[in-house]
Amino acid sequence: MSLTTIFILAILLLGFLITFQIAKASEYVGILKGEKKTLEQNNRINAFLLILFLVGGLVGVYWCHELFKGKILGEAASDHGLKIDKMLHLTVIITGAVFVLTQVLLFWFAFKYQYSEKRKVYYLPHNNTLELIWTVVPAIFLTVLVGYGLFYWFKITGDPPKDALVVEVTGKQFNWIYRYPGKDDVFGRKYYKNISDPADNSLGLIWEDVPGLNLKADKAAQDDIVTDKLVLIKNKPVKLIIGSRDVIHDVGLVHFRMKMDAVPGTPTTMWFTPLYTTKEMKLKTNNPDFVYEISCDQMCGKGHYSMKGQIEVVTQEEFDVWILSQKPKYQTAVLDKNKEEKKPAGAAADSTAKTAVTTIAPNTVAVKK
Amino acid sequence: MSNDAIIHGPAVHTTHDVHHDEHHVHHHKETFITKYVFSQDHKMIAKQFLITGIIWAFLGGLMSVLFRLQLGYPDQTFPWLEDILGHWAKGGKIQPEFYYALVTMHGTVLVFFVLTAGLSGTFANFLIPLQIGARDMASPFLNMLSYWFFWLASVVMLSSLFVQTGPASGGWTSYPPLSALGGASDGSKTGVDLWLISMALFVVSSLLGGLNYISTILNMRTKGMSMTRIPLTIWALFFTAVLGVLSFPVLLSGFILLLFDRHGGTSFYLSDIVLASGEVLPNEGGSAILFQHLFWFLGHPEVYIIILPAMGMVSEVMSVNSRKPIFGYMAMVGSLFAIAILAFLVWAHHMFVTGLNPFLGSVFVLLTLLIAVPSAIKVFNWLTTLWRGNIRFTPGMLFSIGFVSLFISGGLTGIWLGNSSLDIHLHDTYFVIAHFHIVMGVAGFFGMFAGIYHWYPKMYGRYLNNTMAYIHFWVTMVGAYLIFWPMHYEGLAGMPRRYLDYSGWESFHQFGGLNRFISIVAMIVFAVQLLFVFNFFYSIFKGRRVTSSNPWGSNTLEWTTPIRPGHGNWPGEIPEVHRWAYDYGKDGREFIPQTEPIGANESNH
Repeated sequence: MSLTTIFILAILLLGFLITFQIAKASEYVGILKGEKKTLEQNNRINAFLLILFLVGGLVGVYWCHELFKGKILGEAASDHGLKIDKMLHLTVIITGAVFVLTQVLLFWFAFKYQYSEKRKVYYLPHNNTLELIWTVVPAIFLTVLVGYGLFYWFKITGDPPKDALVVEVTGKQFNWIYRYPGKDDVFGRKYYKNISDPADNSLGLIWEDVPGLNLKADKAAQDDIVTDKLVLIKNKPVKLIIGSRDVIHDVGLVHFRMKMDAVPGTPTTMWFTPLYTTKEMKLKTNNPDFVYEISCDQMCGKGHYSMKGQIEVVTQEEFDVWILSQKPKYQTAVLDKNKEEKKPAGAAADSTAKTAVTTIAPNTVAVKK
Repeated sequence: MSNDAIIHGPAVHTTHDVHHDEHHVHHHKETFITKYVFSQDHKMIAKQFLITGIIWAFLGGLMSVLFRLQLGYPDQTFPWLEDILGHWAKGGKIQPEFYYALVTMHGTVLVFFVLTAGLSGTFANFLIPLQIGARDMASPFLNMLSYWFFWLASVVMLSSLFVQTGPASGGWTSYPPLSALGGASDGSKTGVDLWLISMALFVVSSLLGGLNYISTILNMRTKGMSMTRIPLTIWALFFTAVLGVLSFPVLLSGFILLLFDRHGGTSFYLSDIVLASGEVLPNEGGSAILFQHLFWFLGHPEVYIIILPAMGMVSEVMSVNSRKPIFGYMAMVGSLFAIAILAFLVWAHHMFVTGLNPFLGSVFVLLTLLIAVPSAIKVFNWLTTLWRGNIRFTPGMLFSIGFVSLFISGGLTGIWLGNSSLDIHLHDTYFVIAHFHIVMGVAGFFGMFAGIYHWYPKMYGRYLNNTMAYIHFWVTMVGAYLIFWPMHYEGLAGMPRRYLDYSGWESFHQFGGLNRFISIVAMIVFAVQLLFVFNFFYSIFKGRRVTSSNPWGSNTLEWTTPIRPGHGNWPGEIPEVHRWAYDYGKDGREFIPQTEPIGANESNH
């Protein structure tokens, strides 16, 4: 243990001792002074502290806001995000007003009606009118909030436009894999038992027949593009089909204000429209290092805090160039390697051969746009 | 028997002897074991729950200090940590596995062991028989078992901290597949098994306790104590017990399925999984989301299991110290009832972003925000109780006022999170941490502190030291807001929870200074809780003695017992009740105990 630690502990201990001695002494003084007098004195001090807490607290709330309002990410970068921000502002106004009103009443009443020998309390066990008012008024405000909230909720969770770009996002401990459907615009079949990282088939795409798993090759899978970066198009709606290879993850997109769990065995979806390219955001935020990040928002194991994905938002033209430069995964993982090694394909099947063969038809997933 | 005998004599024995001689109820001789260990006296069991709860609160708080150290100083090393923790803090840095073990245990311990067992275990046991006028619980033996099952659960949970692969570390919610697969996380090896066993024992404890509380309240009220005359504490504890009895079994079923998945080769929660090691699991067709439904079917009522007793005690303490009846007794009971019903209908608001059907989500939005109505009623009723009262700021009263303040602050952010479209952005961020720590964690603690300061004289026949109590209150109050208020901003920035280091993130690294500030305040607040713990144990032996049987001038029955009541509570007949518990300031009288018959000229209310 270092000297500093011992020093800190010593100070703490001393602090305790001093507090304890003062506390003990003040108790004796209290007994000497008489219970009533002590109570009145303590009462006055605490009443004053309560009102001080109210004033200090409200100032503190304001100051805290001034301090941090510039750090909460700025304008949303998606159309859904704008709706969510609007909703947020409405909610801040309503709950903020209730917050100030009730806190002021609480501490002000406490201060104003502090014990006094002369005061006679007002015997008021109930009052139906008052109770009705504060049942109905909150109910009305809540109806407004629920109404707005659900209006936006259904827009956000509703069906994406037909022309939306569709990308598949798969989480695994502790990174993300993205898949584009390739030239045919169809995601080929995949099966999780066909997944093999050594064979460079991180999604279990069924490129070729896998007799051991009773799988027939799917041509649509052969042109699928697998990337380690998510590239999206400005002003073009994008639908993400989200899955997981192991535990539950979550695709968290703070700048777009979007979030959806990645659940193994149950594909989920979400869609939104990016409004600014990454380059535009760099200018907008005045931050040359700006990057759209995917944060994993569902506890997924020891690397959870570092499970980061990268999104680049580009213009349609830039996207077209980029996608053309991407080779299908089948090409790089199997065909090119076969050429090099001149060996028959099937590495993918071999690595999973130890898995028991199921007679049940495999639960393959084919998603069409 | 006179009060003098109690003040000057070894009080407990005197009372017991008198009781023994007069009534011949208890013929057994009390030994140390039967009196302090396997006691069937509800008051002693309450103290056992409380002290065990304090020990757990200390451990749970200490864990938070450790992970706040990491969050505040992610780039520094603390060699002394390695001295204490070994490979969990290799090179003086808390390792990720250990960080996640810490947050998991912190959550589990504080939610279940402290704020459930320590809070309602203590006060349901202590207050129910005393306030309804019963000599003990309906079944003192089951009541004793309830504590000892909790003790067993504690031992198992504690032992999991010393397992080589570490305790459960998948979060207090323990979502599978992470919690189901040892290959996905070290903590999910032996740690989760111990966690599940401990929680199963805890559920048994909670059920034994809860059934007892319900039957005692329904069947053992003294003469005249109709349900509309029982104090609000009892109503709150009643609804708490009902919630627990109906929801804990569902949690247990979820746990059992998880155990099957872990060891029985079943696929309730598992499907399509390839572990990072490359191992392909055979399980297909399970639903990971099923567990979340089962978990939150308890998990949501659980937060009301925590907050309802606090609300009940705050209502009681506030009325006594305002010297004024609680405003709207029936509305208070009605809102407790409404909250208890709604508690079962809102669980899926924890699951808005799991891929839940959006229509189903919208139903849960509506039901969730409905809870704001009974909550608002309660807040306004507390405010009106203060209005035109004559308030004494005892430590219990201060904590009650603090409770209302925190309940408002944390409750209002519930309106944000319950609205699904906002939840998309705020889900699993620091906003959620701020919300539930304020409204459930700190507020639950404030309710508990209010109860402890208020009923300590009844528990131990002595007062807690006032000066230390005031320091405790003010530092905790200010500290709680300093810790959790700024977290809302981190949440609005989308900063995810359960990260141990944000420095690698372009989007979240702007809060380094704030995190350090929060960590420092958290440590100060923790130190002041130690002051409270010291005050608690010191005052048991050395506190100022209580000299009158009713020190707060309170109406309820517990203050009609001797200062240190023996087993059986009342040396003579159990008193009869003639009125409700809140006749303060009526007809010019400061207070009228429940035992006093209605006078001929008394006004109606």
